[in-house]
Amino acid sequence: MRETAGERWGRRIVLTLLTLFVVIPLYVMVTSAAKPLQDVQNGFTWWPSRPTLQPFIDMWSTVPLAHYLVNSLVVSSIAAVCSVAVAIFAAFAVSRYRFRGRGVFSVTVLSTQMFPGILFLLPLFLIYVNLGNSTGIELYASRTGLVITYLTFSLPFSIWMLVGYFDSIPRGLDEAAQVDGAGPLRTLFQVILPAAVPGVVAVTVYAFMTAWGEVLFASVMTDEGSRTLAVGLQGYSTQFNVYWNQVMAASLVVSVPVVAGFLALQRYFVAGLTAGAVK
Amino acid sequence: MATSTTAPGARPDRRDPRVGRPAPARARRPRRPRRSFLPYLLLVPAVVLELGIHVIPMLVGVWMSLLELTQFHIRDWSTAPFIGLDNYRATLNFHTAAGRELLHSFWITLLYTLLSVGLAWLLGIAGAVVLQRPFRGRAILRALFLTPYALPVYTAVITWSFLLQRDTGLVNHVLVDQLGLLNDKPFWLIGDNSFWSLLVVSVWRNWPFAFLCLMAGLQNVPDELHEAAAIDGAGFWRRLRSVTLPMLRPVNLVLLLVLFLWTFNDFNTPYVLFGGSAPEQADLISIHIYRSSFKTWDFGSGSAMSVALLFFLLVVSAGYLLITNRRRDHA
Repeated sequence: MRETAGERWGRRIVLTLLTLFVVIPLYVMVTSAAKPLQDVQNGFTWWPSRPTLQPFIDMWSTVPLAHYLVNSLVVSSIAAVCSVAVAIFAAFAVSRYRFRGRGVFSVTVLSTQMFPGILFLLPLFLIYVNLGNSTGIELYASRTGLVITYLTFSLPFSIWMLVGYFDSIPRGLDEAAQVDGAGPLRTLFQVILPAAVPGVVAVTVYAFMTAWGEVLFASVMTDEGSRTLAVGLQGYSTQFNVYWNQVMAASLVVSVPVVAGFLALQRYFVAGLTAGAVK
Repeated sequence: MATSTTAPGARPDRRDPRVGRPAPARARRPRRPRRSFLPYLLLVPAVVLELGIHVIPMLVGVWMSLLELTQFHIRDWSTAPFIGLDNYRATLNFHTAAGRELLHSFWITLLYTLLSVGLAWLLGIAGAVVLQRPFRGRAILRALFLTPYALPVYTAVITWSFLLQRDTGLVNHVLVDQLGLLNDKPFWLIGDNSFWSLLVVSVWRNWPFAFLCLMAGLQNVPDELHEAAAIDGAGFWRRLRSVTLPMLRPVNLVLLLVLFLWTFNDFNTPYVLFGGSAPEQADLISIHIYRSSFKTWDFGSGSAMSVALLFFLLVVSAGYLLITNRRRDHA
């Protein structure tokens, strides 16, 4: 099918506009991270007057960035691994078994994703605080509390995507394994999971990103000791001087790993989305 | 068993538009459970977590909305008196100042959501269509377009708040210093402009998700359909309207609802953009409830507002699903 001249120019214009819209903030983030302080305090400059890596050094001491980074890393990693582990079993059940309540389970789990976060926040806050007061189980202002909360945030979508992946694995493989005498769990671990590795990795990255980027609960459920990047990064702005170059440097450092992970696995996210969506 | 022989590995029909409604597919599910307790056992961890963190807190939230749960009772809420629907009567009374503020916040949120979802969808479909046919650099552009969505929300929004600073931001530098469109540098993060700033940031964050879903949806549109339409003399817009959009309908149905709910509940963008508080003109409902709850420590009325919000979203979602389903049955 030939493209007309009008279509070709239309495409170029749309591509240029979209690219500019997306790139300009990213460009500002990257270049400002290499600016000396005076460049971000007296009017905007497109290019650093004197490119420097100093902001990447100073950012660690202006706020306890390393502390926030460790908190975010610990919370997000544990939440991601636990979320995927739980999702694997649930998705296996939904994909491979017919049972009463299967439809209800899928719909209920997915719909919790759609409810306003603010609705859970107030009761969960009180439950965590009161649980701590009455039983000594510290969930409020602790990393454990954050892990448990975040893992449920990614759980619905993880289950949904994994069901899609598991459905795409031929059932003939399970049946062959069963003929060989493998039980359901051995079938899951030795047949289905090895075939679904890309999907499992994509879902893990998704769960990690969800926890890494969460702001609402982090702003209420953490104190100085358990503070994560989502709240900690705002520390640069609340002080008397706003160190925009350091903010941009810290933002860059915090963003690059998750963006790289997402882009490397984008193919599998698309596969997961469609596989889940056409069911 | 007959059903277990249905083509091993056959994906559920790719064209099936009944998104998220598993009932019809169930008939073709292979393998009757031999141990019927096993699937339930596998679901236990997921169910316990969902119950503990979502369902029970939600029910507790409904219960809280019926209590006089003010700062005097928050330490030990068993002492909070039961006051029935009084919290609802008080917060939803639009003759009081607080009620008017809530109503104002609701309208702002509705306008914000409709504009944001509409624009995100438009950019998403534009991006998906122009990237539909292969050309050099397509993979790079696709990755680039997805980047705003992959960024942690707070780094994206912090960067935007830097761009929108009055004296040191890029926006005023370009508009005032370089293009000379305005004489005086406006404030973008307070006053009337804050609403439009919030809108632009939210579109920037959300459109890649629409793009991702629509791109995936377009992969299911066979090229032959376009070819046939082109041979019949259909131009670009005609093909878009008569071939592409109808084929994307199942994707759009889910995408628009999901975007609507996410945007309506959006807390992160205004919270980070305005540094913890929001100007009156950009006072989204989640921020409004959050601030009034933690300012006054009146969790009872905060819960009442949250439950009212949930009720509104349920009614909208149910209405949306009913209307779209009926339209499909008639089609």
